[in-house]
Amino acid sequence: MAASSCRGVRSILWKYGSCGKNFCVSRSKTVPQLPVRHICVSSALWKKNLAAAGPQKFTLEFINKQVEEFEIGKRHLANMMGEDPETFTQEDIDRSIAYLFPSGLFEKRARPVMKHPEEIFPKQTAVQWDAEGRPFHFLFYTGQQSYYSLLHDVYEKILAMERHQDNMRNKGLFTSETKQILLTGSRWLLKEEIEEYLVENISDHDYMRMIQLMEKLLSMPYCSLEEEFILKFRKQLEVQSSKHEIPALQYDPQGVTFSVADGRRKTAKASITLRDSGSGNITINGRNYLHYFPLLQDREQLMFPLHFVGMLGRFDVEGSVEGSGHSAQAGALRLAISRALLSFVSEGEVEKMRQAGLLTADPRIKERKKPGQEGARKKFTWKKR
Amino acid sequence: MTSCFLRYLSTFSLGNMNLHKLSSRLYPTATQKFRHLHIQSSGQQLEAVAVETASAEPNPLSVFRTSEQDPTYHSEGHSGQYYMLPPAHIQKLFPYGLPPRFQLQIKTFNEGCVMVRPPALELISYLKRADYSKPPLRYVLYGDIGTGKTMSLCHALHYCYTQGWLIVHIPDAHLWIKNCKELLPSSSRPSRFDQPIQASQWLKNFKITNERFLSKLKTTQRYVWTKRESTEKGQPLGELIDQGVNRMKSSSDVVGAVLRELKLQAGGTTEGEGAFKLAVAVDGVNALWGKTSLKKEDRTMCEPEELTLIHNLRKMMKNNWSGGAILTALSQTGSVFKPRSAYLPNELLGEEGFDSMEPFVPVSVSNYNEKEFESCYLYYLDRSWLQHPHSRSEEGKKELIFLCNKNPSILERLCAAL
Repeated sequence: MAASSCRGVRSILWKYGSCGKNFCVSRSKTVPQLPVRHICVSSALWKKNLAAAGPQKFTLEFINKQVEEFEIGKRHLANMMGEDPETFTQEDIDRSIAYLFPSGLFEKRARPVMKHPEEIFPKQTAVQWDAEGRPFHFLFYTGQQSYYSLLHDVYEKILAMERHQDNMRNKGLFTSETKQILLTGSRWLLKEEIEEYLVENISDHDYMRMIQLMEKLLSMPYCSLEEEFILKFRKQLEVQSSKHEIPALQYDPQGVTFSVADGRRKTAKASITLRDSGSGNITINGRNYLHYFPLLQDREQLMFPLHFVGMLGRFDVEGSVEGSGHSAQAGALRLAISRALLSFVSEGEVEKMRQAGLLTADPRIKERKKPGQEGARKKFTWKKR
Repeated sequence: MTSCFLRYLSTFSLGNMNLHKLSSRLYPTATQKFRHLHIQSSGQQLEAVAVETASAEPNPLSVFRTSEQDPTYHSEGHSGQYYMLPPAHIQKLFPYGLPPRFQLQIKTFNEGCVMVRPPALELISYLKRADYSKPPLRYVLYGDIGTGKTMSLCHALHYCYTQGWLIVHIPDAHLWIKNCKELLPSSSRPSRFDQPIQASQWLKNFKITNERFLSKLKTTQRYVWTKRESTEKGQPLGELIDQGVNRMKSSSDVVGAVLRELKLQAGGTTEGEGAFKLAVAVDGVNALWGKTSLKKEDRTMCEPEELTLIHNLRKMMKNNWSGGAILTALSQTGSVFKPRSAYLPNELLGEEGFDSMEPFVPVSVSNYNEKEFESCYLYYLDRSWLQHPHSRSEEGKKELIFLCNKNPSILERLCAAL
């Protein structure tokens, strides 16, 4: 199952078969023993070693064993939950674990989790030199071998493309209008993502150089030949506005269209019925909004979505709200009104509303009070002595 | 409508209190019965006026202003329009009687313009048609906060003034039950408390308003203030008031005496010059029967009954005299110990107040309707009060409507910030 203790000291490779080159073959038995932690070392030495050792190293056999255990555990879990072990997906695993081990911790990463060992154990580089100490890769002494080999590959491809271009020119088939790679809707991988891919640390300068080289590759004609290679380094962006659920338009017995939506802010919950009746009445919890929100600021909050869309006097709003204070209630109502308006408004308007921030739920909540302090941030009176 | 009104009067004068008590308890239905026909007719007239004003759009002055300065001639045709209060009248009649924000507005705009609205028109029409040989009718203006009760009261009072009545105006009865710096035990009665500052202030204002009556009216009995001071029978009322203004200690009793004199002499006796009609106007009348926030010396709460001024005013509210009218308005804003959502008569007056005010004619005041809002908006534009360029557009107007929900006082505060 999800293991927690680390045992091995041997550093053995992970296969990340993307570049097509294996940096190292797993050698579990014949590699010379690296210094092992002695069990009978005193505790003082133990502490020092822990700091200097760096990240923990896992052996390949250890990882393989974890994978087997995971698979078996998955089947056991499926049996326990009464589902088919063959079609038990990761989502089902997450659901079952959340059911069997309910946790009230706020930090999601601290909760019990059961995932494939690949996602849990970090990728590590293997020993990159052979028995005599000679490195395998020709770029080992650059210090960042995967990065420089990537740059080397890209430059190879540029040269290949130029040769291809010359060939086409010779044959007389050269055309500058070739198929262009579609780059809209995607972005270059970030520096952190590249680091993860290369299992190496790179600097900002290196990252910029790499991107420049990629751009150069893209600027050449016939770049569509390397489309697959380039798209590996680009990440698709999702269209945000497609994520919003538009509440359904319902019809009254009188034929008036209305829609219902909810909103939340900081512990206040609001629920709204927006009617398309042509008068601008707003009733909250049975009272007129002028009485419920005597403060102008709260009424301005209510006005914002309707004014933005330009439909001020058109709708009748009937809402109920509870919890928290007046400002939070106004914010919750505003969110609910914006969501309810989505069904009355066109696609372009939805995107505009999203960019105006009307559809985003405000994530701020009251910060926790910490021990040793007066409040969340306020400290006790500081005394010099 | 007139038949209903006469029927009401006849039942009242027959002393058939039980029936009437029932009908006025169900005051919403009472108002409907009363004003059913009235509203219908005014609605038709309003539509006609709207058509007229729409066609008169190129001449903006006529849309929201009227040149008719005499409230006697105001009718439903003028509803929604502003008329100017003559400055001389403002000084005499309302030295302190108008709401403080309105006084600031007068100072800023250099003129006092009041909007003619249905509740005030209704009140004036009742006053025109009432029979003054019978005991006075009590009119109570009620409504939500900031809808214009005090302004309607002032409008009706202006009418009374132009008709030559004697005005007894208490601008805010709440001022007499809270924040009193000096509370003296009464000189005449041991269990009562005096408020010399408020009483003398009120006497001064009364003098300014009703100057011409002061020399004509005479006292009917001898009043003894201290061992050395007394006012003889037959002295002009002016002397009584001067007595009260000069001698602060006995000013509250003077107030009581003045009220008593006025009650006795109003309307009835035809001495030639002596005949006058009395208008008693009290704003914040729910203060008379609520709780006070004043404490006696032994730290117990004062009852309103124990205050001389309140006691005398309550006596005035009873309709055991004739020849005048009692105009009142409820007020939640100045009241003590009352929740903000209370605005109906029975909530604000309390059991005791409701019983003593009964029977009364309730007049409801509400927010602006479309036409009134339009006219207020145009007035502010005309006076260059709305400086923000966006407020001149249609969009801006819609925003204003939304933010204030056509409540007059909130609209005024909103526009003050623009």
